[in-house]
Amino acid sequence: MSEGLSVIEGVLRGQRETLLAEWVKAQLAAPGVRTDLISESELRVESDRFLTALVEAVSADSNAMDIMDPRWDAVRDQLTTLSRTRATRGFSPTETATFVFSLKEPLFELLKSTEGDLVATIWSATQLVDGLGLYTSEAYLRSREEVIRRQQDELIELSTPVVKLWQGVVALPLIGTLDSARTQVVMESLLQRIVETDSAIAIIDITGVPTVDTMVAQHLLKAVTAARLMGADCIISGIRPLIAQTIVHLGLDLSEVTTKSSLADAVTVALERTGHQIVRRKSASAE
Amino acid sequence: MDRVNRIPILKLGHLLLVSIQVDMHDRMALALQEDLAERISVTGARGVLIDISGLEFIDSFIGRMLSDIAGIARVLDADTVVVGMRPVVAITLVDLGLTLPGVRTALTVERGMAMLPAPTAVEELDDEEEAEDAGGR
Repeated sequence: MSEGLSVIEGVLRGQRETLLAEWVKAQLAAPGVRTDLISESELRVESDRFLTALVEAVSADSNAMDIMDPRWDAVRDQLTTLSRTRATRGFSPTETATFVFSLKEPLFELLKSTEGDLVATIWSATQLVDGLGLYTSEAYLRSREEVIRRQQDELIELSTPVVKLWQGVVALPLIGTLDSARTQVVMESLLQRIVETDSAIAIIDITGVPTVDTMVAQHLLKAVTAARLMGADCIISGIRPLIAQTIVHLGLDLSEVTTKSSLADAVTVALERTGHQIVRRKSASAE
Repeated sequence: MDRVNRIPILKLGHLLLVSIQVDMHDRMALALQEDLAERISVTGARGVLIDISGLEFIDSFIGRMLSDIAGIARVLDADTVVVGMRPVVAITLVDLGLTLPGVRTALTVERGMAMLPAPTAVEELDDEEEAEDAGGR
């Protein structure tokens, strides 16, 4: 084992330039190479930097070959960064891992001309490259998951705008399914806006909510009750016929809440309660 | 000790205003309940405003106390309005299942005062009658 590694180290040090040139060539020749996403010079810089870190790690860790060892920190960091940038640029997992795996061919070619037990040396090299390649794939997946998580958070934030309709009237158009986490965010932003705008009436429009089950209804009632505790009245609007049927069939009690079928009706009620009246101008009605 | 641990009750015309600006402990809450009952009967107040905008949190005991005060005031013929509850507090109360039934609420002291009976409704009526009488003569 240690013998194989020392041979590899010798090759990495002694024939570094040849290896780098051959490796970059192999990467560019690999099927499905993404020259549209990354330039050749960039590829060369990345490969060069990786080889430098690899030589350091191999010579520091001459006995075992555990790439999770702290001595491999620099190599792992570089692979993580590389995976992250490639994930955001739109590389597929295979294309990302190919970066490491394509090192095999030129490396083996150079190892062929070395002395000693060739099989043992090749085995060490395979283990090394495979380990690094798998690590690259893992890092790629991790960065993708990070992106997904961040988008999820953004979605929650984005989908809960509380809009001011009139002086003293705010509206919350809900779109999408309501779960506990979202309801919490929705409720907090609604109550916060009620305080900020000093609104005595809040309209919750559920036109965009696909289904209302007992959980969703409970969440809605919680928001309504919390608003009432603060001194604001809630009107729930946008109840579609199908949802009205569901509510009755489930035996949900919405008797303490004002409900309207459309947002327009709710706005009219809200304006009435705040002492406003909508009047059509004479000139417009005469046409 | 009593001075420090009591919450001041301010008389504002026909109203009593209680502004709770510190986190109350249970004995303070009980003292407030007693004081308020006494002040309502002494002053003959028609309305009580409880401003809790300074409260960062409310436990079940304080929640119950607010309900109790509203009940006591109603027996003494005064309306109670709780004003200025913070969003966080409202969410906590709902999570605790305390919906304060029978307690009226308002966003601000101003809105709360508007909800309570007008101060001199009877006297004004008298004035108008007098004026009409004067005009008639």
